[in-house]
Amino acid sequence: MEYKKFIISAVVSNQFGVLTRVAGLFARRGYNIESLAVGPIENSKYSRMTILVYGDEYVRDQISKQLLKLYDVKKVKALDLNDSLVREHVLIKIKTEHGKNISINNLVNKYSGRIVDFSDESISVELTEDIVANEKFIEEAKEFGILEMCRAGALALNYGKEIL
Amino acid sequence: MQLNGSEILIEVLIKNNVDTIFGYPGGSVLFIYDALYKKRDYIKHVLTAHEQGAAHAADGYARVTGKTAVVFATSGPGATNLVTGIANAFLDSTPMVVITGNVPTTLLGKDTFQEVDIVGVTMPIVKHSFMVKNIEELANTVNTAFAIASTGRPGPVLIDIPKDVQSGMCEYNGKLDQPIIKDNTLVDFDEEKINEAVNLIKKAKKPYIYCGGGTVFSNSGNLLIELADKIDAVIGTSMMGISAIPNSYEKNLGMTGMHGKYCSSMAHAKSDLIIAVGVRFSDRATGNKAEYTKDTSIIHIDIDPAEIGKNIRPNVGMSGDVYEILKILISKTPKIENKAWLNEVDEYKKEQEKNEPSDNIMVAKNIIKTINNYADDNTIVVTDVGQHQMWAVQYYKIQKPRTFITSGGLGTMGFGMGAAIGSCIGANKKRTILFTGDGSFGMNLNELATAVSQNLPLIIILMNNSVLGMVRQWQSAFYDKRYSSTILDRKTDFVKLADAFGAKGYRVTNIEELDRTIKECIDTESPVLIDCIIDKDDRVLPMIPPGGCIKDIIVK
Repeated sequence: MEYKKFIISAVVSNQFGVLTRVAGLFARRGYNIESLAVGPIENSKYSRMTILVYGDEYVRDQISKQLLKLYDVKKVKALDLNDSLVREHVLIKIKTEHGKNISINNLVNKYSGRIVDFSDESISVELTEDIVANEKFIEEAKEFGILEMCRAGALALNYGKEIL
Repeated sequence: MQLNGSEILIEVLIKNNVDTIFGYPGGSVLFIYDALYKKRDYIKHVLTAHEQGAAHAADGYARVTGKTAVVFATSGPGATNLVTGIANAFLDSTPMVVITGNVPTTLLGKDTFQEVDIVGVTMPIVKHSFMVKNIEELANTVNTAFAIASTGRPGPVLIDIPKDVQSGMCEYNGKLDQPIIKDNTLVDFDEEKINEAVNLIKKAKKPYIYCGGGTVFSNSGNLLIELADKIDAVIGTSMMGISAIPNSYEKNLGMTGMHGKYCSSMAHAKSDLIIAVGVRFSDRATGNKAEYTKDTSIIHIDIDPAEIGKNIRPNVGMSGDVYEILKILISKTPKIENKAWLNEVDEYKKEQEKNEPSDNIMVAKNIIKTINNYADDNTIVVTDVGQHQMWAVQYYKIQKPRTFITSGGLGTMGFGMGAAIGSCIGANKKRTILFTGDGSFGMNLNELATAVSQNLPLIIILMNNSVLGMVRQWQSAFYDKRYSSTILDRKTDFVKLADAFGAKGYRVTNIEELDRTIKECIDTESPVLIDCIIDKDDRVLPMIPPGGCIKDIIVK
């Protein structure tokens, strides 16, 4: 079966230990978490977890079902990367040398990023596009030298009026 | 009414029809035991020798009664001693509420004396767990724990209660919120799936019903018999499903799989349709998965949607209440004749009989047969884990659901003594027989003390071969007879041991002696141990090697 990246989106109780239960389930059953983002939703009794996973149809089916067995997990849905509204927040500090600032500026514009901080030797860039675009930016930025970076993990919603 | 947390806990237990608790007191549950003392006319507490024994006793109790069992233990070592028992209950889907005390909330996380994060330790082996830090939430949490443990696919739920929550005061008026459970997430079947299943049944020439523990939980055994009679199917069971169908039913072939009955495993392999009900296709039952699914269609019915497609991808998978689904399926299925299939299975039965050991020699089959002669259909049979367990499954004639208690998924050596105590108490002190081995019995024989103080009518049949027989059998078959650490070479005198514990002990070396002894003690109302000396090289046969298929079956 074909392996690919997809998103598991889950509404869970906003309680201590829930993250451990979910992460433990993934580890125990051998599913890989590529990224994970958690935060409370409009009703603060609940949180939404957005988990980027790599796996085939079997893994996708099992993760969804096994997660839903956890008492604290209220709703689960698997989302396709190319058929959902996916965004990721990235901060990257890039090395600057004399004369290269303009090239970095062009790169940032190409991927709709923002320069949010700079010094004599660095430029910090914020990206808020989808994962694929962010990864392309990171590849190209390596040419200048990435000093450090952090990624918040994918966030995703269904397109249109459909909700979880 | 103002009550302390411990009193509230006991009140909610009584509300949930709890009349028996297995456990062991300690520093972090003193308040709870004090509250229990005040309600001793309502709840009986069974003090075991070790917390593991208490957990297995609760497990046995739940399996015999169908009720959610309760076990108490103190913090730290008390709680960690429960872990094997909780895992055993989890793997076999036993409804159980485990209550542990913990150090006061102000001391949590400070490596306080006897502090262990038992919620963390047990997370992978519970259906759910709670740490109650707020006394206001205690009553509803306990009530919810019972609902979670007993609904859907049952399982153990742990509640960890810090000492200050046990002693803190709170208003309790007996009113509890309706617990939130997730039944609606379980159901995945519809008319279309039923029709697909019926079409597969119509096409099948060799239908085999594979019956698991879920049919015991849902009381669906009679429906499987109805289905088998309607479509000329035969029935084979997993170890957990063994008591669902009476041994006397002619189409019941017994357990299938690694150490299953020859006839059952053959029919399983030769069938062209497997109707799997309340099973999870354990590796012990299926062997090589690719071979298993070759040339056969599969209908899978289970209460747990995650089991559908987990180990085996079925042609039709339906999740929901097994009883309800079977009812609908049977009503939509026409009468079908498959006489040629029943005749074929009869041939396998004849083949099976050829390989049975002869009567009267001191081998497991005859030991079990002899015991069976003195038992009735209501006798509770419990086993430990190992060769004696497989022999009991193969030869004991189980007639009624919930009368055969064994450790399936976890395969816990040492399960037997605790489980036998809980089962016997659950069955209102009905005659109980424990089949065990010298290895398994050695693990938790301290619980003989409990059986004696509870004055239980328990007969312990100890199949004593002086070796760890099942491991030895594997070493013989796959490790060139290198008996690494499986020769026990102990000098234990089990008759004296029984005597020391206050039980009656006997030693027998042949079937006539056994017969005489069992006749003498079958009506004894306190524990009896019969040390049955058997050969160390008796094997459990047939055997399908791990990952193998029916072609690899060893019968001799």
